[in-house]
Amino acid sequence: MVSFLRFLINGISLGSVYAIIALGYTMVYGIAKMLNFAHGDIIMVGAYIAFCAMAYLSLPPMLALLCAMAVCTVLGIVIEGLAYRPLRQATKLAVLITAIGVSYLLQNTALLIWSSNPKVFPTLFDLGSIRLFDGNLVITSQSIITIAANIVIMLALTLFTGRTKMGKAMRAVSEDKGAAELMGINVNRTISVTFAIGSALAAIAGVLLCSTYPTLQPTTGAMPGIKAFTAAVFGGIGSIPGAMIGGLLLGVIEILGKAYISTELGDAIVFAVLIIVLLFKPAGLLGKPMREKV
Amino acid sequence: MSENSTKKRMLDTKMVPAPSHGIIPERDYYSTPVLEARHLGIEFGGLKAVDDFNLIIGKTEIAGLIGPNGAGKTTVFNLLTKVYQPTMGTIMVNGKDTAGMNTVQANKLGIARTFQNIRLFGNMTVEDNVRIGLHNQVKYGMFTGIFRMPAYWKQEKRQHEQALELLSLFDMQDLAGARAGSLPYGAQRRLEIVRALATHPCLLLLDEPAAGMNPHETEELMRNIIKIRDQFQIAVMLIEHDMNLVMGICEGICVLNYGRIIAKGTADEIQANPTVIEAYLGKKKEG
Amino acid sequence: MKLKKSTINNIISYGIVIVAFIICQSMIASGSMTRSLKGQMIPICVYIVMAVSLNLVVGISGELSLGHAGFMCVGAFSGAIVSSWLLAALNMENEILRLVLSMLAGGVLAGIAGVLIGIPVLRLRGDYLAIVTLAFGEIIRNVLNCLYFSLDGKRLCVAFNSPNVPGTVVVNGPAGTAGIQKIASFPVGFALILFTLFVVMNLINSRSGRAIMATRDNRIAAEAMGINVTKYKMMAFVTSAVLAGMAGALYGLNFSTVAASKFKFDTSILVLVFVVLGGIGNIWGSIIAAALLTVLPELLRAFSDYRMLAYAIVLILVMLATNNPFIRSLFDRLIHRRKPAAQAQRGGASE
Repeated sequence: MVSFLRFLINGISLGSVYAIIALGYTMVYGIAKMLNFAHGDIIMVGAYIAFCAMAYLSLPPMLALLCAMAVCTVLGIVIEGLAYRPLRQATKLAVLITAIGVSYLLQNTALLIWSSNPKVFPTLFDLGSIRLFDGNLVITSQSIITIAANIVIMLALTLFTGRTKMGKAMRAVSEDKGAAELMGINVNRTISVTFAIGSALAAIAGVLLCSTYPTLQPTTGAMPGIKAFTAAVFGGIGSIPGAMIGGLLLGVIEILGKAYISTELGDAIVFAVLIIVLLFKPAGLLGKPMREKV
Repeated sequence: MSENSTKKRMLDTKMVPAPSHGIIPERDYYSTPVLEARHLGIEFGGLKAVDDFNLIIGKTEIAGLIGPNGAGKTTVFNLLTKVYQPTMGTIMVNGKDTAGMNTVQANKLGIARTFQNIRLFGNMTVEDNVRIGLHNQVKYGMFTGIFRMPAYWKQEKRQHEQALELLSLFDMQDLAGARAGSLPYGAQRRLEIVRALATHPCLLLLDEPAAGMNPHETEELMRNIIKIRDQFQIAVMLIEHDMNLVMGICEGICVLNYGRIIAKGTADEIQANPTVIEAYLGKKKEG
Repeated sequence: MKLKKSTINNIISYGIVIVAFIICQSMIASGSMTRSLKGQMIPICVYIVMAVSLNLVVGISGELSLGHAGFMCVGAFSGAIVSSWLLAALNMENEILRLVLSMLAGGVLAGIAGVLIGIPVLRLRGDYLAIVTLAFGEIIRNVLNCLYFSLDGKRLCVAFNSPNVPGTVVVNGPAGTAGIQKIASFPVGFALILFTLFVVMNLINSRSGRAIMATRDNRIAAEAMGINVTKYKMMAFVTSAVLAGMAGALYGLNFSTVAASKFKFDTSILVLVFVVLGGIGNIWGSIIAAALLTVLPELLRAFSDYRMLAYAIVLILVMLATNNPFIRSLFDRLIHRRKPAAQAQRGGASE
């Protein structure tokens, strides 16, 4: 029972990281309608920047995090402007392949700068931990911070898209680009801002991920990126609460599956659950089904 | 009210409809109607897009479905072709109930259609579009196709001949090798009709066949619709805003407004019907 | 008449492949081919078949599949197992016959996997379908990571998640296939390319192929024409899986050990890149792109560390250039001499 609780908390903590990445993914997908495979690599870049800021510039963790967010925000805007914007009218597949190209580019640049030797990421916020059940259940401050960060981010994003002018513009652009443009919304700027927010979130996720799983390599972001995308689809892509629920469920399923069924099959279980959910709810848990007009 | 009850009785006992009913042409009285829709309806989230739609179409009738924009005309076509499953009522095709069928099965029963927003296979040639219409007329499997058995050559040749013959109905045989997406608008509409005809329907549904055509083309289309009916002995039902076309060739006309039938009858009856005039032009103001 | 034209086109295609094969064979025989390039010949055959078969799904049937390497993985493992079993149980010495039988087995098993995966996957649309194929590709790899096969005399033993299997180990969990005789040969690879071309091109020019393309161009219209969309999507998907399985078996028998991690998501993406760069729906484009891009990393050896970086940049630039409206219209006018209006409707998986 205690071990179950421990796995559950680990799952929620990992799920929170997935949820933060998935939030970025879902926003970018919602507005640009593209599978941004480079998103996972932005996580990796964010983690490397934070690592360098702490290791070489000896900045405090909070400042390192801000550095990582700033760099990733700029990176997101630059990638969108240079690689994706010229392809706005192109086929989906062309954009997908470009995103894969960007992903390769980021991974290989990281490989040249930081080499393939894994870096050991320092624990960021060690504020002690909570011990329950005679010390059998340890909840690290890491987990608590990750979960809290996830909740804060989700609330902030919900308020942002619901209340602010820019947030409303985003929703309008994701519904219908042409109509939004006719209403005087600057579509390009709105998409840029979405990429900026998504990338900043990826930086936060990267730092949180690496402080829990401290091996940092150029390929670190790839798998969490795919899983987070799975989480976004799981919850209903384009939906902010959906991404959060999807991320949390995915993390919990992964940790529990690895603990109780098979370590090797952890990922397979995650993907199998995704497939089962999509069979019954083809638009994800909270997604709205689309009907084609005939 | 009384008209409604007579019609109900008529449907139940399969009686020959009274001539005054004005929908089925006399020559079709003694054959099974190609289509009988009874109390047909569909709801989208509480909104009744089509409600209590009753219609009988004779075996070789040309019927018109008209009404203001948003009246639910295309939705009726989508119900008849099972693109949407009706939430109420029944559809009988040649006396067979279509409950639970999907679009493919409805087509195999003999309902073929064209689309308001043209839906051709744009990357394929004109001939291939027609060949896809002939799909269920040709029977050879995947392996016969891959390994080019004798049946493949024989049936491909026949399919080619049939496709050209159908295209020649609209004098389009010379365009057989052209890419369907590159055709001019009017030709695309005609190709859609040929493609639908290729499925050997008994009821051809045309959704705004004359949209975007000039008066000359429309007149030719009218002649061609009659030619198709005479040559293939099938029923045609069309949605159209061009009243010259509708009044010119439709034997029975059905007027839809807000998802409900507001009038049925011949061209003359419809033109004189005050409800119809009101639906189209709005209520006459006092004074 | 169109019938004859397509037949002539097919014959020309086979001719070009045969000529290319003869040139490669004579280069190998005269020793004018570098060692590393010679080693690439079988992988080139494998990736050509992979690209053409994926093009059947992405280009002809219009569904984006991100899990094609999964079928290759099934083919590689089953091919390796069948080949070892044929040798041990039936004492089959003839390498070519054993290779062909193993490839058939790989194709059949990948085809079965294709049916099982196709049933749920093809109910979905667009990006959801893509993400589920990705998920299946990963599931296949994960499950094969947990499988252990061994030959105890003539008996084939299987264990799940436990390395305790009697006799000679053939598949060793995460370490992959072990101690496999390398019986893959270039002529058989070449024959597989010809077979793939034969199947795919004949399929496209048949009743079934037209139905597949109709479901791609307009699903609703295809249904209204009485075409069973799921059936034809399935046909393309499974045919593609069978061909990928055969290519996988050839690949697996080219190495003494192959781990399932070789068939990660990256491999699926690699093949997809061949298809997109070669032109979606263009069979010849896939062949050329697969051949060139398999050799390219060898040619870029001079750049050493910057090799993959250069590859990434080239990939992005090519996508930007080919989708630039100006360059595209120029290209179309020069090469296809098509009217600009004819370009309006294009593209496979983009609906």
